[in-house]
Amino acid sequence: METDSLMIIAVASIFITNFVFSRFLGICPYIGVSKSLDSAIGMGLAVIFVMTLASMATWLINAFMLQPSTKNLFYIIFSLEEPPDLLYLKTIAFILVIASLVQFVEMVIQKTSPTLYQSLGIYLPLITTNCAILGVALLNIDSNYNFIQSVFHGLTAGIGFTLALILMAGIREQLDLSPIPKALRGIPIAFIMAGLMAIAFLGFSGLKL
Amino acid sequence: MSPFKEFIKGFYEQNPVFRLALGLCPTLAVSNSIENAIGMGLAATFVLVCSNVIVSLIRKGVPAKIRIPIYIVVIATFVTVVDLSMAAFRPTLHKSLGIFVPLIVVNCIILGRAEAFAGKNNLFRSFIDGLGMGLGFTFALIILGFVRELLGDGKLMGYPIMGPKFEPVLIFILPPGAFLTLGLLLGLFNWLDTKLKKE
Repeated sequence: METDSLMIIAVASIFITNFVFSRFLGICPYIGVSKSLDSAIGMGLAVIFVMTLASMATWLINAFMLQPSTKNLFYIIFSLEEPPDLLYLKTIAFILVIASLVQFVEMVIQKTSPTLYQSLGIYLPLITTNCAILGVALLNIDSNYNFIQSVFHGLTAGIGFTLALILMAGIREQLDLSPIPKALRGIPIAFIMAGLMAIAFLGFSGLKL
Repeated sequence: MSPFKEFIKGFYEQNPVFRLALGLCPTLAVSNSIENAIGMGLAATFVLVCSNVIVSLIRKGVPAKIRIPIYIVVIATFVTVVDLSMAAFRPTLHKSLGIFVPLIVVNCIILGRAEAFAGKNNLFRSFIDGLGMGLGFTFALIILGFVRELLGDGKLMGYPIMGPKFEPVLIFILPPGAFLTLGLLLGLFNWLDTKLKKE
């Protein structure tokens, strides 16, 4: 369905329906990592990478293994009478693919850049439970995107998430130096900040594409 | 810890949302009305209890290295059950919760409790823990939903409470309102905690 051009997908994912400020996806790591700019950038890049790969892998699995179409691999390989409808396995299949991908990315980063691996620490395995990754995979299917659109959506959604993360980290570094009421220190003020930024991003919803 | 304490800790002392900062994504997304909050809370509680029970039953036989993927498969199975059941029996709720129903599988609360508790405790305690944490999560969602629906829509459970003269503060049911309300409530709970500790 070519209803959304790539440009529209990009602007929509980064600004209009930003994954953090509008869709509420990827909040947990957002709160945990956005304390320093460096780890925010590192986490953001890892998320972009995983999101793009995950979009690719999950789209392929959905198209060739889960959908009851004549291209279904099980239908072809086992010469079944009719294409099997395995859509109910979507959640399980997707999350397992994502978990394996993250494991793989973690190994690659460990080998190629030990310093980056050190700084990301616990956050890498946490990307698995990042709702944004599974979220973008499910959204691709729900929006009936083709392969190119799905991959692009994954890429730009990751960019939007990284944007939110970097904005937040920059502000939080300053926030730590400010006199904040004791009860609001840490996570509460981070959320209030996110709320104010979400209001700003709400301004984009008037964009007519 | 006595079973009763085990159960009650999920409501205040170790409330997943207000104290442990877990499960925040669905909290923000579905708290725009109390009905959505209850629906999501009960669905998540169901998955949490069932997966805690299964994980506790298999905990002795699971090799430590691959336990996380196994827990994920268990959780994903129950999420699929909830997803399909909700789509069949409560289609309107299913539609308003949207992708957050399958996203229960990555709700940090469920994997977190499986790893931190059910993998190390017996069946009964794991069941109680799951029930307590799940209902505590539901409780948090309802509080958030109460504030947001009342101020942002003038209604509670769909019933107009504030009367026709009330101008709903629209922002509360929009995304920014979720962040602001949660931030303020978290601050409130922190303040409450320091007050109680002083006594």
